[in-house]
Amino acid sequence: MSTIVAPEPVGVADERAAIARAWAHQPGLWGWLTSVDHKSVAFRYIVTTFVFFVLGGLEAMTMRWQLSHPQAGVVGPDFYNQLFTVHGSTMMFLFAVPVMEAFALYLIPLMVGTRNVAFPRLNAYGYWIFLAGGLFLYVSFFLNIGPDGGWFAYVPLTGPQYSPGKRIDVWAQLITFTELAALVGATEIIVTTFKLRAPGMSLDRLPLYVWAMLVTAFMIVFAMPAVMVGSMLLATDRLVSTHFFNPAEGGDALLWQHLFWFFGHPEVYIIFIPAQGFNSTIISTFARRPVFGYLAVVLSLIATGFIGFGLWVHHMFATDVPVLGQSFFTAASLMIVIPNGVQIFCWIVTLWKGRLSFKTPLLFVLAFFVIFVAGGLTGVMLASVPLDLQLHDTFFVVAHFHYVLLGGAVFPLFGAVYYWFPKFTGRLLSERLGWWNVGLLFVGFNLTFFPMHILGLRGMPRRVYTYLPETGWGFLNGLATTGAAVMAVAVVVFLVNVAISWRRGTPSGRDPWRAGTLEWATASPPAPENFTYLPTVNGRYPRWTAALDQPVVVGLRTDRRDVLVTGLLDAKPDHRHELDGPTIWPLLTAIGTTIGLVSGIFTPWGIVLGAVLLLIGLTGWFWPRGHKGRSPEDV
Amino acid sequence: MTTRVIDVSDLPTTGFGPRMTLWWGMIVFLAIEGTVLAMLAATYLYLWRLAPMWPPATSPAPSIVRATVNVVLLVASVPLATLGDRAARREDDAGTRRYLLAVLAVGVVALVLRWFELQDLNVRWSDNAYASIVWTITGMHATHVLAETGENLLLAIVFLLGKRERKHFVDVHINMVYWYFVVGVWIPLYVLVFLIPRH
Repeated sequence: MSTIVAPEPVGVADERAAIARAWAHQPGLWGWLTSVDHKSVAFRYIVTTFVFFVLGGLEAMTMRWQLSHPQAGVVGPDFYNQLFTVHGSTMMFLFAVPVMEAFALYLIPLMVGTRNVAFPRLNAYGYWIFLAGGLFLYVSFFLNIGPDGGWFAYVPLTGPQYSPGKRIDVWAQLITFTELAALVGATEIIVTTFKLRAPGMSLDRLPLYVWAMLVTAFMIVFAMPAVMVGSMLLATDRLVSTHFFNPAEGGDALLWQHLFWFFGHPEVYIIFIPAQGFNSTIISTFARRPVFGYLAVVLSLIATGFIGFGLWVHHMFATDVPVLGQSFFTAASLMIVIPNGVQIFCWIVTLWKGRLSFKTPLLFVLAFFVIFVAGGLTGVMLASVPLDLQLHDTFFVVAHFHYVLLGGAVFPLFGAVYYWFPKFTGRLLSERLGWWNVGLLFVGFNLTFFPMHILGLRGMPRRVYTYLPETGWGFLNGLATTGAAVMAVAVVVFLVNVAISWRRGTPSGRDPWRAGTLEWATASPPAPENFTYLPTVNGRYPRWTAALDQPVVVGLRTDRRDVLVTGLLDAKPDHRHELDGPTIWPLLTAIGTTIGLVSGIFTPWGIVLGAVLLLIGLTGWFWPRGHKGRSPEDV
Repeated sequence: MTTRVIDVSDLPTTGFGPRMTLWWGMIVFLAIEGTVLAMLAATYLYLWRLAPMWPPATSPAPSIVRATVNVVLLVASVPLATLGDRAARREDDAGTRRYLLAVLAVGVVALVLRWFELQDLNVRWSDNAYASIVWTITGMHATHVLAETGENLLLAIVFLLGKRERKHFVDVHINMVYWYFVVGVWIPLYVLVFLIPRH
């Protein structure tokens, strides 16, 4: 390897054509089913998660309608139980986590300057498994076997004694599907970030968004197994009479809560940290300067990742966990405010010192500041055990977590859609509709969820399908339902904006925001190979700092899907590596897995069947096909 | 116009260990699998802490002879995996085939022994929570041995049919490192399942 000064690489046009041929999509439906391009996979991932977001929203609207006044008769208690369970499970498992991973699977290869994710076929498999899990939940829901034990499925309610039938098994298997997909995504994010970065992008030049996703991916790796184990034990308790959660035979109900929340609390940060990455990106672009305190922000992300694993018991303050344990988890819950506060202050300084351009993405981030800080404050309140005991299982908690999750993640996510839509489609979303979108969502959100704080303080429990007029909760509930309607209008504005702009929006060119990161250095939408020549970087915002003659990488094979593998710390070129091309086997393997998992809730032999189908699938996937016309030393 | 380029055409097309993507993919996979097994171990310890007797008075203690033989066999097979890994890094066809088949054979024997170990637990999973967790840990680890042995079998077929490409040496390398994990992780689990529960 050598750096040389040379004339414009010889035969550029020929090379360009050869690279385009090597990376070209196959045409038609077959091409769609076999695609392993990270952009195609991630784009359909994003669209799918937004479909689930709308479905989850419709469930929420139905609940708000039912609660809009005392003793409403819109839905009965049994269906209401399914509604809040499917709403929560959808938003957490089919929307919030996967949409964050989907954005990363689209953006990270572009941001680090490579051609695809590290394991393209595995990536496609992850999407198909996710889709199968979502369809499985909704088919079950429409067949009236939607889960009804709450999104955290506490035993003994969800055990074999109190929940006969298949509803809870559907929930447990949904976990298997979605966590499998999440773990696949995390693996892609970690390895792509570690090994496929452009030369020059040492770890201390990694874009803050990529840092955020790296921390998130590690959290997924260590958190998701807990809930997979938990749901597996729950399923075996229900299906083959194990006794993990049965106190009569030496099991324990709180064991479930520990396993669930060891996952469940990090889950909150798995949703929130990617949004912090969006914020850092959007703020630096629209303040037209680097984020203040790069090192502080990175260390805050990492600290949040670690402390996030030390909070789970604060969901269990109303149980008999030891007092010393409660104190420890209170301290940790308060401590996590520090790194989050550091980040917020870094962003404020960035905005303060920057030249602001008030486009829609930035407005969403500003809305985030207001809502998330309010949610954070109620979080500090709930970390105190005496107050938590008073407010546990009331609407105050519902208000709190919607403030942190919607404020902390969904507002930045909408900002991210406005920000990267031009990259995905080549067209800008309408700014005018964008202002309506952010305004209506902000007003609607606060109208919906602020009254819930007061309802909770006045004693209204969560998960009740109705209430009596004498409680005096009617007015505030009516207000909340009105707010929900306003939020629904905001989402409709958003969908209309997307639908119109997709076809008729202003063409954006490759970089409408004059942003600093590498995804803007290529066409919008990018060609299948992302970059004709892999870029090199010389700073944290490579588009802002690139030399006029910033080198590009040459010497990769152009007749096959070669990428450059670089060093973990310094991103020095190490070797050339051929990535796998399109194939149907990830889809077939996912279908086999699905057959196994779905039949597994009816008979343990389903798992055996699934294992056999998996083996067949993987054999087809990995079977050597030979390489036509290649010299033997290359294959 | 002139442009600066970094020419990578003389870089190699494969690497082993932390240099390559697949190795890191496997490390992440092992972190996931390790966490799964750690969660099961934590569940074991949690249930043990709650129990007045371990195993409960109604359950006999496990028989340990065949389980101990299996543990010794697995640990003894580690040098075979090391030799297989080295042969694969050298791209030595005959050596890779030999040690791949050896580790494959150990895997098959370990699976047969594991079948009897499940009988040696002397309980059924549905007896009580103790029985549930020891069955789950032993069975879950067995699926790891099965998965690894299945992969070794596929690779062995590829090698024996002469379908081998260069990348299959990398696959053998990965499988051998995975074998270290399968063996290493069983030692503490063996202690939990077979040595601790004594009346």
